[in-house]
Amino acid sequence: MLIAIAIIFTFIISSAMIRWAGANPFAAFKYLLGSPLQSKFGITEAILSATPLVLTGGAVALAFRAGYWNIGAEGQLLAGAICATFVGLHADGIPHWLGIILMVIAGALGGMLWAFVPALLRSRLGIDEVVTTLLLNPVALLVVTGLLNGPWRNPETKFPETQVLSENVFFPRVYPGSRIHLGLIIGIVALAICWWVVGRTAGGLKMRAVGLAPGAARIAGLKVERTLFTTALASGAIAGIAGAGEVAGVAHQLTDGISPGFGYTGVVVATLAALSFPAVLLISFVLGIINVGSFSASRALSIPSTIGEVVQAVLLTTVVSALVFMKYRIVLDKGKHRD
Amino acid sequence: MSTADAVTGYSVAASAVSLNGLRKMYGDVVAVANVDLEVRAGEIHALLGENGAGKTTLMRLLYGLAKPDAGSISIDGAPVSITSPKIARAAGIGMVTQHFSLVKTMTVTENLALQDAGFFSLDLAGARRKLLTLCEEIGLEIDPDARIDSLPVAMQQRVEILKALAGGCKVLILDEPTAVLGPQDVDSLLDVIRRLRDTIGLSVILITHKMHEISQVADRVSVLRRGEIVATENASGMSIASLTALMVEGVQQEIIETGERSSQGTSVLAIKDLTVHLRGHDVISELSLEVRRGEIVGIAGVSGNGQSELVQALSGVFVHQTGEIHVDGKLVKGGSPSAFAEAGFGRLGEDRHASAVSALTVEENLILDRLHFFSKPGILLKRKIRKFAEESITNFAIKAKPDQAIGTLSGGNMQKVLLARLFGERPLAAVVSQPTRGLDVVSTRYVRQLLMVERNTGVGILLVSEDLDEILELSDRILVIFKGKIIGEVARKDFDRIAIGAMMAGV
Repeated sequence: MLIAIAIIFTFIISSAMIRWAGANPFAAFKYLLGSPLQSKFGITEAILSATPLVLTGGAVALAFRAGYWNIGAEGQLLAGAICATFVGLHADGIPHWLGIILMVIAGALGGMLWAFVPALLRSRLGIDEVVTTLLLNPVALLVVTGLLNGPWRNPETKFPETQVLSENVFFPRVYPGSRIHLGLIIGIVALAICWWVVGRTAGGLKMRAVGLAPGAARIAGLKVERTLFTTALASGAIAGIAGAGEVAGVAHQLTDGISPGFGYTGVVVATLAALSFPAVLLISFVLGIINVGSFSASRALSIPSTIGEVVQAVLLTTVVSALVFMKYRIVLDKGKHRD
Repeated sequence: MSTADAVTGYSVAASAVSLNGLRKMYGDVVAVANVDLEVRAGEIHALLGENGAGKTTLMRLLYGLAKPDAGSISIDGAPVSITSPKIARAAGIGMVTQHFSLVKTMTVTENLALQDAGFFSLDLAGARRKLLTLCEEIGLEIDPDARIDSLPVAMQQRVEILKALAGGCKVLILDEPTAVLGPQDVDSLLDVIRRLRDTIGLSVILITHKMHEISQVADRVSVLRRGEIVATENASGMSIASLTALMVEGVQQEIIETGERSSQGTSVLAIKDLTVHLRGHDVISELSLEVRRGEIVGIAGVSGNGQSELVQALSGVFVHQTGEIHVDGKLVKGGSPSAFAEAGFGRLGEDRHASAVSALTVEENLILDRLHFFSKPGILLKRKIRKFAEESITNFAIKAKPDQAIGTLSGGNMQKVLLARLFGERPLAAVVSQPTRGLDVVSTRYVRQLLMVERNTGVGILLVSEDLDEILELSDRILVIFKGKIIGEVARKDFDRIAIGAMMAGV
């Protein structure tokens, strides 16, 4: 119910902004939500656009379930992309299957590496991970730019981007006639594993207990810090695989635009999904539609294509507000007493 | 004039509040069924009943926090429709719950002034005058300029009462007021309640579980059972036994054999020279004690003498903690809760809500401290867990389903789940803190019997409780704690309430 109200508010607020940008809001929403679904191309592009979100959304949802507020999926994704690129640049002469496996492992390792320091600081010294994970995001981007302007600069074009990686590491397309790649399958499998681990294993129960009531978990003898540390690394690994997927499945090289904020959008996805893994899949697809639709809206109505991001941001704000209202109730108390 | 005469004197007075045929349903559940209750002017009327008997709902109806489905309320003989707390207060009804509504960073005077404050007006001088007059009338002492957070809980409670009185209250509802107090403060609160009646003729509705409070202060007592008033009697004529009988009649209760007091066994818990340094001083200093197999050792003391810290130290949570803790003769190293669990030591914390993960289910909470036993390899064994949960529910008479969130359980049932978790693990020794605080009579009796049974199977139990009766009933030995030190030991044959009370006071 509250979510429905949040969505209505999203429409109202976004409409005002679209109006402001000089377009008819109804037409804009028709393009944003409708146009990608009208063609096979639109649908497959929306799925492609959803692929990294499945992984970053899953990564964030996993961490949040344990009460570890990982806002650093963006940096972890970039670190994963860097490590995967390294593999891709040195993969001549290895079999394709091995190349793919190495890419996934490299992505996961990169993400874990980037998640390691905040996880350690949190579990050893109690330093707030929201700040550390968030602040490491631009650092990861700086490392990417540094590499692209230095050792990895394309020797032929001299552009700040790597040369095209070895074909031995490309993720295969999984649907003929589209750009949908192996990353989607990996994402869905990762979500399924997360869902199973959280719901059906001892480790998952620990995570949930730690996330819901760390004090009670500690009294029950659970190692709260260790659980947080492990979860943080797992979350980083999943986000890192998203980076590997973008490199190996879409761009086939590393550029400084490899992620237009997939990691941040992962926070949006996880929150909108209320930390449910099946819902992460659904929400990723919806946001994928908006991403693709924003381009057609932009072309047809000559408004900025960032309108898609605006709608997503407004959606996040309203849904988070709705979640607050689910937990708390505003009481108009005409008297002065409070209970 | 004896108390009994005083009672008769007041009992002829007119009715202050009368509830006529009051009824309240929540869904299909009848919370309050056709209740008739009369509270006379200037009487202390105790309302007794188990958890869930409808006491709180009844008072919520009277205070305008819930709307009755049927029935009416009269105040001073005139029918009123109480639809909000504001109307209730205007009609002269005040309520003090266990959760105070004071602004902690403000002074006593400011808190009182706040309730009459308009948007632009704040009459501090008037509030102060009112406060001092009230205090003088009743014979209370309170510093009008003390900040609330600098006052102990008992004092804050007094401020809350004074606030209600300053607001013009003629009938004061006290919802389990002694649940938040230590034993010493209970007596002074009861004294205050008596004085409120005797000096300003206040009517008090006292909601309580504790029988001795009724015999100490109440003029009349009404017993609620399953939403109905089953008796209203003069308190002086009622024995604890007859009240209990009224309260629990027809409520099913299995009796557990407590068995003989066993002989001394080997030491299962030994604390040596424990010192806990906190807030600039030693809250526990060089404390040593021993619990043997199959005995209950009670820690008696006025609250705030280091009991809470002792319990917490037994999971090694303090940074500034020195001394040794041995379980079954082996030194517990590392001092984390898990280290104690691995050594075979269990713990029931004083706050059950802090010990249970309320959003998780009963069965998940039950296995939380023994996950390795219920998973293989790392995968939860659903069937084994369900079987264990169902056994625990049967063995411990828990009223819940295995897959129900524990947060939805009543206090007594939640406590039983935690006890099932503690003793399901077959610990060698355990510390049990305030095991029956806030529980109704039936649950209390059950929990106490359970502790006896566990003791008889050989568990060494360290019992920490603010309820001296509980300690006297259960313990084989009593250790008296005072200012963080054990200052005396009493064997069961020498138990003497008065002597132990004197030791607790440090005499």
